[in-house]
Amino acid sequence: MSNDNFQPVLLARQNKPNSHTLASYQADGGYQALAKALKMANTEVIDVVKASGLRGRGGAGFPTGLKWTFLPKDVKGPIYLCINGDESEPGTFNNRVLIEQDPHQVLEGIVISSFATRTTTAYFYLRYEYGRCYRVLKDAIDEMYDNNLLGKNILGSGYDLDIHLHRGACAYICGEETGLIESLEGKRAWPRIKPPFPAIEGAFRKPTVVNNVETMACIPHIINHGPEWFMSMGIPKDPNNPRDAGSYGPKLYCISGHVNKPGLVELPMGISARDLIEKHAGGVWKGRKAKAVVPGGISMGFMSESELDTPLDFAGPGRVGCLGLGTAAVIVIDDHTSMVDVLYNACRFFAHESCGQCTPCREGTAWSTKILERIRDGRGKLSDIDLLLEISSSIGTIPGTTICGLADGAAWPMKTAINKFRGEFEEYIKSGRKSESRSLAGAH
Amino acid sequence: MSELSTNAKKVIEEHLGRYPSKQAVTLPALHVVQQETGCVSRKAISEIADILELSPAQINDTLSFYGFFRTEEDPLGKKRVWICRSLPCMLRGGEELLAELCQRWGIQPGQTTADGEVTLELAECLGACDGAPCMLVDDELTLRVTADDVEKQVRGNK
Repeated sequence: MSNDNFQPVLLARQNKPNSHTLASYQADGGYQALAKALKMANTEVIDVVKASGLRGRGGAGFPTGLKWTFLPKDVKGPIYLCINGDESEPGTFNNRVLIEQDPHQVLEGIVISSFATRTTTAYFYLRYEYGRCYRVLKDAIDEMYDNNLLGKNILGSGYDLDIHLHRGACAYICGEETGLIESLEGKRAWPRIKPPFPAIEGAFRKPTVVNNVETMACIPHIINHGPEWFMSMGIPKDPNNPRDAGSYGPKLYCISGHVNKPGLVELPMGISARDLIEKHAGGVWKGRKAKAVVPGGISMGFMSESELDTPLDFAGPGRVGCLGLGTAAVIVIDDHTSMVDVLYNACRFFAHESCGQCTPCREGTAWSTKILERIRDGRGKLSDIDLLLEISSSIGTIPGTTICGLADGAAWPMKTAINKFRGEFEEYIKSGRKSESRSLAGAH
Repeated sequence: MSELSTNAKKVIEEHLGRYPSKQAVTLPALHVVQQETGCVSRKAISEIADILELSPAQINDTLSFYGFFRTEEDPLGKKRVWICRSLPCMLRGGEELLAELCQRWGIQPGQTTADGEVTLELAECLGACDGAPCMLVDDELTLRVTADDVEKQVRGNK
């Protein structure tokens, strides 16, 4: 498949002067999709989004339009839309770029989505670290109120909406949708047991939809150009698999790690990791080869060099043992790097970010980190390898021992690193060598 | 005398109208207090609790969950510098950068320099992996930094 003629959609306005202002956005046709949507019935908007095949960009890939239909039909009282801007998955930075460069694209998507879901109050949950995004959004929202794009009777349609920015406080778990809701409510961000799902009982115990920032940015384009246009990009659903929902539309791939040109690249869904690295990231740095590649944020696990031709669509990474496409954040690890050190970094992340609510996750992430510390200190035992695998198959929603998927995300790097690079772990332990000592590792 | 400044009370008041529950104003309240005073004191917790009609324990429950907030025993320096240590930054020298700064400033992550100017923190992924290693000063990201860049930006000529 050739992507040579692909014109960016979500990043089309990058690097234009004042791309973050309302005037610049409107000069490029901004808010025409909103005007169009407000003339439709809200259910028609949902039907268009459903027909486009848009799947959530935050990690789970749930069909967006379908999620909206789970809201109760006859609800009296408020429905809330929460925007998940807690982007914290290691390797992921597309929300940051989208917001800083083109906030109105995201905000137009939010107004259309709020209209479709009959929401009159939307909360934009933004991670604290994105201070520049916060200030850009604040100014953009002020511009919208001044121009009748928010507030009462938007564009004379009779529809009212307020958007409130809500800043997080540096906790990865707030990206889990019910953790986000608890945090929004002013509590510790402990994910809720589901059901009830947020569509039935979410923020402030009212029906709630939680959508990702990149998902919102897709919405105006779908309304402007129609579902067929959106479905002309990407990988169609597998006719032999009735459960496959396809991978349609453009996708933002975040490329980081050992490449010559790290950065954000927009392409139709389904490019291979190899093409992404070689054609769009300048290849692996220092003339080296890739040893392993993370396909979609650290919680998805690792692909080996021989698996790099796997298409990065919703189904591809799962076929080579990864958890999924995740956030499409591609982290490249070169062949001079120890997978023991890489896995240690991943385990330490999850131990730091486990919210502590479920014992298997709290203990499993902490002990896997300690086992890897022992191995890196030259005191590892060969049986530690199977012990790590045992932990990885015991924690998470897939074995059914935790409330949320954070522990599945902790398990997958362990499973894939050990299953695909077992020889390296064995050699490391047998040699009794020590990784460069980093006494800071346990300091926090 | 009230621990909360007039501005903090005003910010809390403004936020009350945005949510259907008063408890939802907990994070905005903690943020404004810490921004102004470098920590959230016990007295501030009590006063926030009074305004939000909660017990101080409920505020403390939330505060203590987020490693972000500091108590009066452990206040922040004038600037707070976070160095990312997650995988994309580690692959490009994030850990070495953090170690170098610890050595230069004679402190460990979480601690503040003796002159009270800078608090050094380790961060998990800051969302700037295209510019690894990266740092956050208060809430502004800087991409592709060296130890000298950090010193220059946060310590000036000190």
